[in-house]
Amino acid sequence: MDILPILSTLRRHKITALLVVLEIALTCAIVCNAVFLISQRLDRMKMFSGVAEHELVQIQAYGIGKTADAKAHAQEDLLRLRQIPGVKEVALVNQVPFTNSSWNTSIKLDPEQKQATLNATQYFGENLIDTFGAQLVAGRDFEPGEYLDMREVARDEKLAKKINTLIITRDLGQKLWPGQSALGKTIYLGGDPARVVGVVAGLIRPSLFNGDASAQWSMVFPLRMDSDNASRYVLRTAPKDRDRVLAAAVAALRKADPHRIILEKKTLDDIRAEFFQDDRAMAGLLLGVCIALLVVTGLGIVGLGSFWVAQRRRTIGVRRALGATRGSILRYFQTENFLLATIGIALGMALAYGINLFLMLHYELPRLPAYYFPVGAIALWLIGQVAVLGPAMRAAAVPPVVATRSV
Amino acid sequence: MFTYYLDLALRSLSRNKALTALMVLAIALGIGACMTTLTVLHVLSGDPLPGKSAQLYYPQLDPRDMDGYQPGGDPPSQVTWIDGMNLLHAKRADRQALMTGGAVPVQPAQSAIEPFFENARYTTADFFPMFDVPMLYGRAWSAADDEGSARVAVISRKLNDKLFQGRDSTGQTLRMNDVAFRVIGVLDQWRMSPHFYDLNSGNYAEDEGVYVPLTTAKDMKLARNGSTDCWGKGSDPDHMDTAPCVWLQFWVQLDTPAKAAAYKQFLVHYSQEQKALGRFQRPPNVRLPDVMGWLDYNKVVPGDVRLQAWLALGFLLVCLVNTVGLMLAKFLRRSSELGVRRALGASRREVFMQLLVESGVIGLTGGIAGLLLALLGLWLVRKQPSDYAALAHLDLPMLLTTFLLAVGATLLAGLLPAWRACQVTPALQLKSN
Repeated sequence: MDILPILSTLRRHKITALLVVLEIALTCAIVCNAVFLISQRLDRMKMFSGVAEHELVQIQAYGIGKTADAKAHAQEDLLRLRQIPGVKEVALVNQVPFTNSSWNTSIKLDPEQKQATLNATQYFGENLIDTFGAQLVAGRDFEPGEYLDMREVARDEKLAKKINTLIITRDLGQKLWPGQSALGKTIYLGGDPARVVGVVAGLIRPSLFNGDASAQWSMVFPLRMDSDNASRYVLRTAPKDRDRVLAAAVAALRKADPHRIILEKKTLDDIRAEFFQDDRAMAGLLLGVCIALLVVTGLGIVGLGSFWVAQRRRTIGVRRALGATRGSILRYFQTENFLLATIGIALGMALAYGINLFLMLHYELPRLPAYYFPVGAIALWLIGQVAVLGPAMRAAAVPPVVATRSV
Repeated sequence: MFTYYLDLALRSLSRNKALTALMVLAIALGIGACMTTLTVLHVLSGDPLPGKSAQLYYPQLDPRDMDGYQPGGDPPSQVTWIDGMNLLHAKRADRQALMTGGAVPVQPAQSAIEPFFENARYTTADFFPMFDVPMLYGRAWSAADDEGSARVAVISRKLNDKLFQGRDSTGQTLRMNDVAFRVIGVLDQWRMSPHFYDLNSGNYAEDEGVYVPLTTAKDMKLARNGSTDCWGKGSDPDHMDTAPCVWLQFWVQLDTPAKAAAYKQFLVHYSQEQKALGRFQRPPNVRLPDVMGWLDYNKVVPGDVRLQAWLALGFLLVCLVNTVGLMLAKFLRRSSELGVRRALGASRREVFMQLLVESGVIGLTGGIAGLLLALLGLWLVRKQPSDYAALAHLDLPMLLTTFLLAVGATLLAGLLPAWRACQVTPALQLKSN
């Protein structure tokens, strides 16, 4: 295919050609980045939690006024919940993944350290590991005799020093002691040491206020909660039993104490879906914009192609009369579009890279992976070719006799 | 002449209906997307208390020990009970209020309504006049009620509608957490967005349903909501008044910049005094941002909303380029027609005007359609689950901006093609055919 005549024609339509190139470039740049953003959001929504998500339900129950014996009260609640058919494990815990409400503390590896090493979240609650379904990958779970009452510990500083074991996540262990086993190592909380007795594959923080990189920085302590200092009852059951168990658990809690308010009753799947709702909405919005952009650009090429074909009817007729086949007319317009698209894509790639740099600076986004560039290029080439096909076919259909007519 | 041009434009546009529709749609989509996102951005970054916010300040102190000290670091975002009470009683500002968020179990007298939790604010008397809180019935409590830990409550209009069917409920008894409170006031419609005075309860949280004196809430041990940051020996839930923890918000009203400067000086003196007493260990680290400064510091506008605005601007740009290209191609195609007009005596200016009217029609139609799309877009935003969703409404400034954007886009999209097309040399165009 001869490119020179195409170029000389385009030179006579400089501004229009430039606008097409610009439109393709902008679309290419925006769509590349938008698709990248979508993939980031989708990845985030798949975030590993480390708990048996499809088997858990949570009920938040608060007593009104002061409870006489909060410890006995909580034990009675747990007993009633455990008796519900289908319930595998029950725990009263201080916090639950994806609920955005969390207890956090800074930890040190050396009591003399002036700056804390990092900030991690604290999970408390008897039978928490088994109920959540967190996978122990090293060490052991707490023994029944190891648990202390949160209420006592909060009041008595000497007792607080007796909390000297904890379970951490694999990620936190690798962060604190890279390349080593965390088992048996010691961390310090405000001067008090605690030894790692178990490591779980994962246990996500309830709230990601410190950024997604610290999502797995969680610690579990052998502390027993009561109905005064904790309100979150977590039950583990088979996925198909969740709704029934939830209803039965609410009834059981109300029966145990009618003088209470049930604030929330949800499956962990629902809680997780709510946690990521903004990401889902943003991904949907970005997808919508991408489609709209591609459609607008495609239609723009169709419109422009139609104009050019109409404008060049006579020239096409002359070419046909001089012996050009339909195929060569068709290819002429396709090549023209390919040329414009290529310039646009080249510009668009540079622009996409620039936008990505801006986003990296302001939104802590990673670099755009290199494979986005060829994929984006092919997509826009295809759209250009599909869009120009209609006008090009119309051009090819121009009969040679047009050359002999005056317009 | 204008009506003649308009007639010509409409004729020309109706000759290529699909193309006209495409151009109008592109502009409408671009403007609609831009208006939707800019309105959300505008609403979220707005001033919660216009006219008053510049006189409201949020004093910050650094009462922590030397553990983790870094020179030049930020002081905590809240104050301790001791510092809050000291600053409150010093009365160095025109008005001052100490507060924290909470939640109380409300036990309605009617058995038809189950007990429920209501978000509460535990604060001091100046809260109401300082934040210009409108009262529908009754009054707010006084400093004497604060001192005496009076069992009084002010409730929101919404809660009053729910519990007392909107009647004047002052003097009625309201049971909360097994304690009887006397309702002394009902607020009128009031929502601060952003929820600037306590960002812990969510940047765009709804305002609370129940307001109770801070001292009363402390005596009754009402449940707190919000963030607690501790150091040293840490939190002690039974003695939060002496624990080394920050958990309260303190706001002051200072009517003139001179008073604000003096207050900042006072905070420095206070920090030095506390350091001399041995309570503070760090060198004085004092801040006094006003409302907008505080919102900026906390970056309340979600990053996603800014990103959406950028995205929409990019989209509008593509749509404009598209329309300019199409319009240019269209005008150039009519070169011979324009050449004839020029040859018959129309000046370049008149041809330019004719084309501008044509592109203006497209721009204006696109703008109006864009406004409708923006209304639809905002309606969709309000359906979203985010806590700011309900705030997304078009206001007058944004309506004017839409109009300007539409007109600007029109001119941009019309000027270049019209200018380019009226450059035709009449003789050449006549000859070529």
